[in-house]
Amino acid sequence: MNHSHSTLSRSPASSGSTKTSARQGGLSGWLAAQLPKLVMAPTFVIIFVCIYGYIGWTFLLSLTGSRILPVWKFVGFQQYEKLFENERWMVSLQNLVIFAVLFIALCLLIGMVLAILLDQKIRGEGFIRSIYLYPMAISFIVTGTAWKWLLNPSLGLEKLMHDWGFESFTFDWLVNPDMVVYTLVIAAVWQSSGFVMALFIAGLRGVDDEMIKAARLDGASLPTIYRRIVLPSLKPVFFSCVVILAHIAIKSFDLVAALTGGGPGYASDLPANFMYAHAFTRGQMGLGAASAMVMLGGVLAILIPYLYSELRGKRHG
Amino acid sequence: MVEAPMTPVRQLARYGLYAVLALVAFIYLMPLWVMIITSLKDTEEIRTGNLLALPGSFNFDAWVAAWSSACTGGTCEGISTYFFNSFQIVIPAVLVSTLLGAVNGYVLSFWRFRGSELMFGLLLVGCFIPLQVMLLPMARSLAFFGLANTTTGLVIVHVIVGSGFTTMFFRNFYIGLPQELIKAARLDGAGFFFIFRRIVLPLSTPIIVVTLIWQFTQIWNDFLLGVVFSGAETQPVTVALNNLVNTSFGGKQYNVDMAAALIAALPTLFVYVLAGKYFVRGLTAGAVKG
Amino acid sequence: MNRIKALAGAISLALSASFVQAGEVEVLHYMTSSGEAAAVNVLKQELEKEGHTWKDFAVAGGGGETAMTVLKSRAVSGNPPAAAQIKGLDIQEWGEMGFLTNLDKVAAAGHWDNLLPPVVSNIMKYEDHYVAVPVNVHRVNWLWANPAVFKQAGVEVPTTWNDFFTAAEALKAKGIIPLAHGGQPWQDATLFEAVALGVGGSEFYRKAFVEHDAATLGGDTMVKVLETFKKTRDYIDADAPGRDWNIATSMVINGKAAMQIMGDWAKGEFTAAGKKAGVDYVCVAAPDTASGFTFNIDSFVMFDLFDQGSDSSVKAQADLARLIMEPTFQTAFNLNKGSIPVRQDIDRAPFDSCATSSMDSFKASADSNNLVPSFAHGMATTSRVQGAIFDVVTNFYNSKDQSAKAAADKLARAVKASI
Repeated sequence: MNHSHSTLSRSPASSGSTKTSARQGGLSGWLAAQLPKLVMAPTFVIIFVCIYGYIGWTFLLSLTGSRILPVWKFVGFQQYEKLFENERWMVSLQNLVIFAVLFIALCLLIGMVLAILLDQKIRGEGFIRSIYLYPMAISFIVTGTAWKWLLNPSLGLEKLMHDWGFESFTFDWLVNPDMVVYTLVIAAVWQSSGFVMALFIAGLRGVDDEMIKAARLDGASLPTIYRRIVLPSLKPVFFSCVVILAHIAIKSFDLVAALTGGGPGYASDLPANFMYAHAFTRGQMGLGAASAMVMLGGVLAILIPYLYSELRGKRHG
Repeated sequence: MVEAPMTPVRQLARYGLYAVLALVAFIYLMPLWVMIITSLKDTEEIRTGNLLALPGSFNFDAWVAAWSSACTGGTCEGISTYFFNSFQIVIPAVLVSTLLGAVNGYVLSFWRFRGSELMFGLLLVGCFIPLQVMLLPMARSLAFFGLANTTTGLVIVHVIVGSGFTTMFFRNFYIGLPQELIKAARLDGAGFFFIFRRIVLPLSTPIIVVTLIWQFTQIWNDFLLGVVFSGAETQPVTVALNNLVNTSFGGKQYNVDMAAALIAALPTLFVYVLAGKYFVRGLTAGAVKG
Repeated sequence: MNRIKALAGAISLALSASFVQAGEVEVLHYMTSSGEAAAVNVLKQELEKEGHTWKDFAVAGGGGETAMTVLKSRAVSGNPPAAAQIKGLDIQEWGEMGFLTNLDKVAAAGHWDNLLPPVVSNIMKYEDHYVAVPVNVHRVNWLWANPAVFKQAGVEVPTTWNDFFTAAEALKAKGIIPLAHGGQPWQDATLFEAVALGVGGSEFYRKAFVEHDAATLGGDTMVKVLETFKKTRDYIDADAPGRDWNIATSMVINGKAAMQIMGDWAKGEFTAAGKKAGVDYVCVAAPDTASGFTFNIDSFVMFDLFDQGSDSSVKAQADLARLIMEPTFQTAFNLNKGSIPVRQDIDRAPFDSCATSSMDSFKASADSNNLVPSFAHGMATTSRVQGAIFDVVTNFYNSKDQSAKAAADKLARAVKASI
């Protein structure tokens, strides 16, 4: 339905405004025609300076040998070479892949299932929904300690299970270098899946009732209706979710800082934490800037296809 | 929405459904539960007792301490003043970024011009920049305008960081509104701001709610920008919380830590629980449609 | 020439003291725990007595990591605070960037050169000028033990690594965790540097961590050090990763664990729990390091206020520097933090047995050339090299299959790459 509207929206922008300006003429007419652009101009300038200017600045910085503060002595791509020889960076990249894939997949799955379950005319839906949604309201600065305790074998879940008599139950991911990245996934999914659920509920409420009624009359079962009609119509929501989640994943910083501090060793390091540690606490600003540029590259790799399909979709709409 | 007649099997499935929902709710509540009960225990009980067990006796001393007497650096006056600092930062930042988002979204969906789609794309990319990258150049820019370490400067930073998201929200919402409304108004000679104020804004309530909630949560929870760009006397509550919780040595009082964390989280929790309904309603009304 | 300068400084100081100018000093620090905050407040009151205003900018977290982020953005925006808590070799880096102010006048008036041992004053100077003021000396190579637990296992508190492992075995057999440890990179490094000093000796330690000699870093002694270090892993509990150091200390306090190797700030935890030194807990040098002393010095650096500094704020800054070195603050601060004053002329009466023993060994180790800077706490290396060592050490300690030889090679390479 978006698509049909957006085609319409093209016409007033082009023909409409010329008509108005032609009628009024003069300076005020010109002003009226340019008003939208003028209104956007401050934002445009700010974005251009603060986003793209800063990216350029960071790129230049990544070509220098800067230590505790920016020093404009250029060393070429040396920092990038150092970066990819750095074992910890490779670990953090690998972690990001594992983390991002699992985080996005689980959030989508859990969010969708919860949305479908909550969409069954549940009593107290608002209350339950609030419970699922509240983690999104608090940052890991607030919940970090609680999570650390819950996942800690000698304090949290494992101890609880032992107290309840399940002596053989072990849950030591937090202290196991091979598994620690999955604890990040657990906490992150806890935080974001409710939000995904909200987006999916919103999407479900927008599905055309008539189509479902028609399918029911044809004798389709509930699962079939969901699979054939409801889910396909959620495609745009799905896509928005993936982008939002991907951006959360790549920006994840507080999570690691609060939950594991990157440990054991640096087994649970993520690129954002690597970058921060090197640029700000370790006096390797050049290296930190290089890692930021690589991260940005990753972001663009996700974003450009999205934008492309978005804008192209509109054109054909 | 998807209904079927009730049979015994369905009845059973229904109970199962509630059981699943309750179990998930239980899991989701666990961290909050741990925080609440820990804040009500005394230090001895925290050291020896079970993490999930109820406290032997409820006492709110930790809450009082966190609010008015816990040490957050050189001063020991709790987090109350910082709490109000946060409001001074959050309220203008949320309002300005939301308004900016609304106007930008309005232009990008109803008053398109050559290159406006490209601008939207550039704006979107801006949402995805890791904040850490922006710290130093931003500090320099603020200093250039004499705004380094002032509340105004911090508010501006939040507006810049947030306006990409707010624009996206509004633009995606407005794209779903019937364009005929605006078209007719324009033919009647209504101006840019007139249409915005009289026609578009009144229709925007759901998306305004979504944006306000989103921005409020983002800015209230921010730590990094707050700690770097605020002044010594205007630090937001997250910075105070960090100072209180992250002691580098000596006598950790977990009950006070937890109480302080919960106090710091109250406004956002309150907003989500109170306005959560509108949040979903607003999303339903089109915020998420790409 | 120098004497004239000093004289001029003394005169100008005397003059300005008679003619009070009230200024403001903004102090960026990360001393936020209750004991430290109390000590900082002593300083604040002293400064206010002189008529100045103290503008507190406290940023806690991870040994000042967040504070450094704030400081860097303040420096970049040309708006640094008057004073900031910076320590060790990072002072040199800030000096190199041209941000620091010269404190020679205050130092001369206060006779710092006579009061401070050269090993301390060298850290406080950039290109032979004072730019920083030390507040304390921590001894890092301490072993904290719970004697009751040792009695229960029928073993003595160890003084050598051989004894350590024998005792640890006996403790383990009794179901006691021999070594309380928190698996965070800096704690791993703190343990590692104690092993390095004990097994390798101070000559080796200096070659490896101060001079960054590649052959020493990758050599046989280092392999032996790494092996001993890794062996301690068998005597810590499985839940150590991520644990804060004070939680580890509380394990020793309540008898769950027998020992902890940690700097003297651990004493604050024992004191807070109402325990008595020599009775409820004992402090001894880390195994095989009785004659050595690994120091960690906290300090405040004074920034050049450039054109934005009025005369009064420059005066306030100088007064702050002077007050930090004064006995009132040195005593108050160190009683609270468990460390010892940097000045050698402070009354020992208020200090406990651990602190006085630390004072003795500070002096003795300086005389015998066994006083070494702690690399785990930024005294021996810049944060760059320190970070590189941390990565290798913590990774080795937590890996299941990496050999000590491979780790030593990595260490040599990582240090080289980061210099």
